[in-house]
Order: sequence, then structure tokens, then C-alpha cells
Amino acid sequence: MDKVIPSIDEAIADIKDGAMIAIPGFFACGVPRDLLQAIIRKGTKKLTLSCGCGPLLGAAEELRMLVTNGQLKKVIDSYGLFRSASKGMADPFEQAVRNGTIEFEVFPMGTMAEKYRAGGAGIPAFYTPTGVGSVVEESNVTNIEANRKPKETRMINGQKYVLEYALKPDYAFIHAFKGDREGNLRYAKTARNFNHVMATASRVTIAEVENLVEPGELDGDDVHTPGIYVHRVVQVPRPSFAITID
Amino acid sequence: MSPKVKFEGLSRELIALRVSREIKEGSYFNLGIGIPTLVTNWTEGMDVIPQAEIGMLKTGALAQGEEVNQDLINASCQAVTELPGSCYFDIAESFGMIRGGHIDVAVMGALQVNARGDYAGWSNPARGLFVGNIGGSMDLCAGARKLFIAMEHTTRDGEYKVVKELSYPATALGKVNMLFSDLAVIEITPKGMVLKEVAPGLSAADVQSVTEPRLIISPNLKEIEL
Repeated sequence: MDKVIPSIDEAIADIKDGAMIAIPGFFACGVPRDLLQAIIRKGTKKLTLSCGCGPLLGAAEELRMLVTNGQLKKVIDSYGLFRSASKGMADPFEQAVRNGTIEFEVFPMGTMAEKYRAGGAGIPAFYTPTGVGSVVEESNVTNIEANRKPKETRMINGQKYVLEYALKPDYAFIHAFKGDREGNLRYAKTARNFNHVMATASRVTIAEVENLVEPGELDGDDVHTPGIYVHRVVQVPRPSFAITID
Repeated sequence: MSPKVKFEGLSRELIALRVSREIKEGSYFNLGIGIPTLVTNWTEGMDVIPQAEIGMLKTGALAQGEEVNQDLINASCQAVTELPGSCYFDIAESFGMIRGGHIDVAVMGALQVNARGDYAGWSNPARGLFVGNIGGSMDLCAGARKLFIAMEHTTRDGEYKVVKELSYPATALGKVNMLFSDLAVIEITPKGMVLKEVAPGLSAADVQSVTEPRLIISPNLKEIEL
């Protein structure tokens, strides 16, 4: 089952305006940068980018392009703003969030992780202790007031839990260190982060791999994401990026 | 409200050193961004293992020069090194570990803490945004067996950070066990805040003057030993 697509532009050619795309990465670590650049070239609009821990702060240049091209409708993340308030004020994404031209919805990081895990595992929603006692318990946390809906809570064995829903994005952009033609993937060190759960949760998973190998060259015991979750594979050069964050 | 006085206390590095003394041998611990990140500078040689929520157990020292690998960072986005026995896992596993009660101690920074063990750290209303960076803080509060706060005792302008009631959005309620600041070590008990240690040269009255809730002075009050 050969899933290799010769060019990255071809690999994303079917993505339509309004799509929801999962973007892994923990700041700049493990971000599918080449796929982000491809979607910028394609100019797809009204995108919802569903993240986990600030990949768009890591891919700051790509985020700036997506915002100035008017490609974003919504971003979901646990950590998507610059730490420094002054840097934030100068950031086009934060400005768009302030103006309400882009929706920014925030969940705790572990809740984001579990939303994808549940989405990929057939669980529609789950109760979590995370966020109890904070605004997270009251409603979803978004800059668009009209979209704040009350959350359900429930007492289980004397402790309060919040109901959170699974996420099933239309596409996932994945970055792997190594992948075979059949879509088995292996990540490098902490670049794994959100990549695996997002691959499981999404309807179409597109993986950019630094090293493309033949089936059998990636030992079955070393596979982090089994190929069943991966629909397209495209080879990219190893990216080089700065890893600092403010 | 502002107590106005500013006392000279411990440096951020020394707050981190004092925190490290409270992490028991054999513990798995997790550190937030800010002063907490500095704690690993003092835990080398101790039989303790840091967990980074990005998906790593046993993060090593900060990477220098040639050691820097863009695929190997800690949760504060710093390049780190690995150690014999380091391991990696995905994010759902990482937060399962955190929520599941497997982390002995989490050390977080904070904007405000009160005597009931509530704390605020994810959003400063001065920024004028309803949304903010929650990151892993609320998961760590929900799941870590002990929660320590490491922070400056007052704001840069000398305003209270140890407050009666939070005026900033809460990260978690009733979860903080101990507070380590530049001026004091405070334990949070069902009766309130117990002042256990003060920075060299300071009195309990000095610490009280920059602390909004009434402190219970420990009968064994002592200077912070470093």
C-alpha cells in the first residue's frame, strides 16, 4: 500500500476552504513546517487550525503569513500567545484575536491531548478534573463571546469533573523523523509530542517525513504511529529552526 | 492595594535552590516556566527525575553549543540534553501520567496565591484578553500529588501577590501546599498560611507587611538555610 505522494503541493491539493487542520508541535519542536508553507502557497481560506502547545509561535513566520493572507478563521490551542505582553501587542495574530477577526479558543494542554486521543479512539467526550475551579469549568474559553457555551460538570465519587468533547479534525499535518511508504512513522525525541494523537484523530492524515524508507526498513518494534492512521506520506528536507520562545 | 515597601530577598536562583531542598529523593517532579525551571540547576546529583510535559522523563542539563538538538527541548522551550535512562512518549501519555497522579511534585510560578491554596497564574487581566496561555498548568494542579509555588513575594511595583482573595483568573482552587518566595517559605494548611522561614535579615513582621492575609507564625520560625 504505497502512500507516497511525489510533491507536497499535491499532498494537500484537496483541502478546501473551511477545513479544520490539526497542527502538532510544542512551540517549534515537531511542527510540520513544510506542510504549513504548502497551505500558505495554496491560499486556502477560513481555516481552523487545531493545535496543542503553540506550534504557531514556533512557526512565527508561517503564522504571520496565514494571518496577513486572511487564511485563518479560528485557532484552538492551550498556549498560543506570546508570553511578553509588548511582543503580543505587535503580533498580527494577537491583534486579530483582539479585533475578533480570528477566533481563538483555549483549553488546558492535557485536555487538548485527550480531545485528540478520544477523537481517534471512538470516545465522543470525557470527564476530566482539569480546569475545575477556573473559567475552564464554566464555558469554553474563547475571545468570541457569542461562542462561549456553558460546560457540563458532574460529581463522581465526591469530586467534580468537567465534560470535554473529542476533536476530529478534517486533516492532520504530521512531522516525522522517519516514515515508510506504508505510513508507519517514527518521531525523534520530544518532537513526538502531539503528532501521534493528531494522526489518530483526523479523517485524513498527511505526514511529512525527513527520511523516507521502504517497508521493513523501519523495525516494527520502533513504529510510534502505525500506518493505519496515515493516508499520505511526503518526503521533506530536515528543517532547521530556532527553538527559543518569549 | 499596595504595601509599598520592597525588601531585599533571595535571588531567583536561590529561590530555586530552596525549592530543590523540598523535593524528596525518589520523587518524579515537573517544573513550570519561570523560576521553577531553575530548580533543575540544583537537583543534579539527587536521586530525583524531572518530567517534562512535552513527553520526556529525566531531562538532562541545558544543552550548550554542539549539544543543541532541535528535536530535544524541555517544556519551557529550552534545548536540553538526555541522560542514561531518559525516555520519550507522546502527549496523551504525558498528560495521563500527570492527571493520573504519578507526579509527586509540581512547581509552578504564580501571579497571586491565597491562604486557601488557590492560585492564579495563567492570565493577567492587565493584558485585556479573556483568552490566555493555560498550557499544562491546570492539568498539573489537578494531578500532581503536591503543588509548590515559586515566585517573587510582591509585584515589581510592590503590590501584594500573596492576597486574601484572587483578583486574577484562578488556575486552581485549594491545591497549593507550599509557597517559596524571595522573602519566605510558607506552608498552606487548613488553618491558613504558616510562615516557616524568612529570608536572611528579615523578621516575621517584615514578611507580614508585604503579605495581605494574616500569617500564622510557626513556633519553629527560622532563617531560610541555603
